[in-house]
Amino acid sequence: MASEGMANNIYTLGPMQAGPPCCEPEPLIQVQEFSLRYGIKTALSEVTLDIYRGCITALIGPSGCGKTSFLSSINRLTDMIPGCKTGGRIFIDGRDIHDPLNNLQVLRRQIGMVFQKPTPFPLSIYRNIEVPLYEHGIRARTEVRAIIEQVLQDVGLWDEVHDRLHSPALSLSGGQQQRLCIARALALRPRILLMDEPCSALDPIASGIVEDLISRLRGRYTIVIVTHNLAQARRIANYAAFFWIKGHAGQLVEFGQCQQIFESPVHELTAAYVSGARG
Amino acid sequence: MIWSRRNILSLSAPDRLMGWMLLCGAVTAAMVVLLILLFLAVESWPLLMNTSGVRFFTDPSWNPGEGLYNLAPMLSGTLYAAGGAVLLATPLGIASALFILFYAPSLAANIYQRLVELLAGIPSVVYGFWGLTTLVPLVNQWRPPGASLLAGILVLMLMILPTIVLTAQAALLAVPREYFHNAAALGMSRWGTLWGVILPAAKTGIAAGIMLATGRAIGETMAVLMVTGNVVQMPTSLFDPIRTLTANIALEMAYAVHDHRAALFVSGLALMLLIMILSGIAGWLFKNHNA
Amino acid sequence: MRDRLSRWVIYLIAFFVSATFIWIVSDLIHGGITHVSWDFLVDPPRNAGRAGGIAPILVSTGLILLVALIVALPLGWMTATFLAEFVPAHSSFGSAVRYSLQVLAGVPSIVFGLFGNAFFSIYLGMGFSILSGGLTLAYMLLPILVSTAEAGLRAVPETYRLSAAALGMSRTATLFHLLLPAAAPSLAAGLLLGIGRAAAETAALLFTSGYVDRMPDSLLDSGRALAIHIFDLSMNVAGGDSSAHASAVVLIVALLLINMLAMRLTVGWQRRRIVSE
Repeated sequence: MASEGMANNIYTLGPMQAGPPCCEPEPLIQVQEFSLRYGIKTALSEVTLDIYRGCITALIGPSGCGKTSFLSSINRLTDMIPGCKTGGRIFIDGRDIHDPLNNLQVLRRQIGMVFQKPTPFPLSIYRNIEVPLYEHGIRARTEVRAIIEQVLQDVGLWDEVHDRLHSPALSLSGGQQQRLCIARALALRPRILLMDEPCSALDPIASGIVEDLISRLRGRYTIVIVTHNLAQARRIANYAAFFWIKGHAGQLVEFGQCQQIFESPVHELTAAYVSGARG
Repeated sequence: MIWSRRNILSLSAPDRLMGWMLLCGAVTAAMVVLLILLFLAVESWPLLMNTSGVRFFTDPSWNPGEGLYNLAPMLSGTLYAAGGAVLLATPLGIASALFILFYAPSLAANIYQRLVELLAGIPSVVYGFWGLTTLVPLVNQWRPPGASLLAGILVLMLMILPTIVLTAQAALLAVPREYFHNAAALGMSRWGTLWGVILPAAKTGIAAGIMLATGRAIGETMAVLMVTGNVVQMPTSLFDPIRTLTANIALEMAYAVHDHRAALFVSGLALMLLIMILSGIAGWLFKNHNA
Repeated sequence: MRDRLSRWVIYLIAFFVSATFIWIVSDLIHGGITHVSWDFLVDPPRNAGRAGGIAPILVSTGLILLVALIVALPLGWMTATFLAEFVPAHSSFGSAVRYSLQVLAGVPSIVFGLFGNAFFSIYLGMGFSILSGGLTLAYMLLPILVSTAEAGLRAVPETYRLSAAALGMSRTATLFHLLLPAAAPSLAAGLLLGIGRAAAETAALLFTSGYVDRMPDSLLDSGRALAIHIFDLSMNVAGGDSSAHASAVVLIVALLLINMLAMRLTVGWQRRRIVSE
């Protein structure tokens, strides 16, 4: 895999800089009439939207409106759910992710994912990052060690754990575990980061640290984040997509720049939701 | 709208190879039962082909030397021994489960549970040996000869008791706690609650456990072989020696040839089918219990 | 009134069962303990087992176990992995395999003996040998190995599989790096239970591994398992009771240790899972 060329771009960056506050609207992910169903139950119907390169896009809406299903469709994690079928198309950089010629592992390597509850493996901190790297062919010890140090510094965990890299990851606090999971995803040099309510299982202080981290990743990664916390969406996102349940199936109601969605929503459902009147 | 299903396609090439290897393993494991049935059938075939099945019940006696294959005494020996053991072990087992769950203080319950599990771990040949050296002489003092249906029933009872205790316990634990609280709120006594509410709610699970235990009792060989005297006869009392189907196989396989050997395989096949029916019933009961 | 009576009856029954257990164990130990010594473990039997020790019998038992495990472990764990990781939980193929193993678990050991004799000893020409006894036992052990391993794998949280997949790890790598290590305690517990089951087995070995009490030279030699030794001494050898007692003590102590270790593993494993949540 093309690890040599990219190494210079990312791992020698030094301290992380926040990207530009708002980015040029160039779509990286294009979703066209995408639908998803579990068995006979439709979870998501006919979603069409563009996700822009280098920006943070927040998916907001009430529980059960298909945000998480949508998120895990982007890296085809929904394939692992028995009975789950999809319709419509999703393009990343113009390539259909459902193209049978695509290698799923390569696709998923380009797309990091962070879950609601921190999901470190029951291994040491070091092994947590080393195992996926090994799986993707990065096996030279010095390189692995350099990457691990870099990503742990990126997420601000290095100073806290550099002297106990070989202790179990499960001994970390919740916020540290979540940052380790982000570091683990970053180590594979993804272009896209999917985040499913990454702060909701954390206490307020840890949540704040993770939120700062996410805004600092802006510009370098294209981030799609599901959140229930409207204030958070407003603080960190460039774009927002509002989902709602219509007739038992989730639908995209409105998509636009974050400021526009929160301050001058077009759709009355959006207005009701962001003002707290509904949802 | 075109719906696509991609669950299977999402396996990469090495994963698919791995899947195929594991599939081969799983198929091999699943085929073992069929292989056993096949070989039992092949070995019994000579006799089954040439004689009608009725002969296993209508021949004057079991005398393989003269081509007489009446299995009825052995079958009745098996059924009497297993039946007696189940009749005795069921109340003892259910009472033990109630003791562990509802009566004993927690320390005693723990010790008793451990003890039942250890009882389950004693090998059958050791039960047989103990029966032979301790139980048979005791029965002999009461009514000779000692090696008898009664000794077989007692040893089998001990052997299947753990199965009944552990399955009954699982079934009782599955009964919602609210039943207990509701009954208590109605002012019912403890025994009234157990007998009137909890046991009926757990009865399918307990019955499934009894089926499993019956299967074990029927299939048990060494212990009954060692304590029942092994005389081929229809027992007329508890103190008569008997011979079970399993013991018959163990005793005669060493020197059986031709039709005699085939007759033993026929009894093995019969045992296997009996057990399959019983475990089928148990499985069905367990499923209904969970539903 | 009825409450009091039933309480007494239940206490009495529990007492009766415990007393019987203690009776059996103390009887065996009382009869055998004087005969057990280091020499008993390392000497060959003399005079049809009335005197001497059980060294070749222990070796045969060990070899039979070894053969059984070498065959049954990979097959059982492969099956369990396939059932737990590669087919949906309620698929018809999975149910068919599980049903077949459930039937296998109920097959009486004497029937395994018949089958082993017909298939391994005669059809495959292995004769009365440690190999054919071990292979017969391997088939017997399959159900317990599969069910413990499958339960262990299913108990591994789904989040491990999802996050590994999201990191682009293949299922094979996920299996070896994460799932099998996480399920290791239950694999070990199943292994120990299997060893216990196999070491206790008698009827299935009568016509497969045979009776010969010499030290085996190869896997194709007949070898007498410990349980068969006890059976033979008590039924066929007049005056063999004290040796039989001693062998029974050795067997029971070994089984108790194995079972206790298995219980400790499962309990410790549950505790660790709770702590990590």
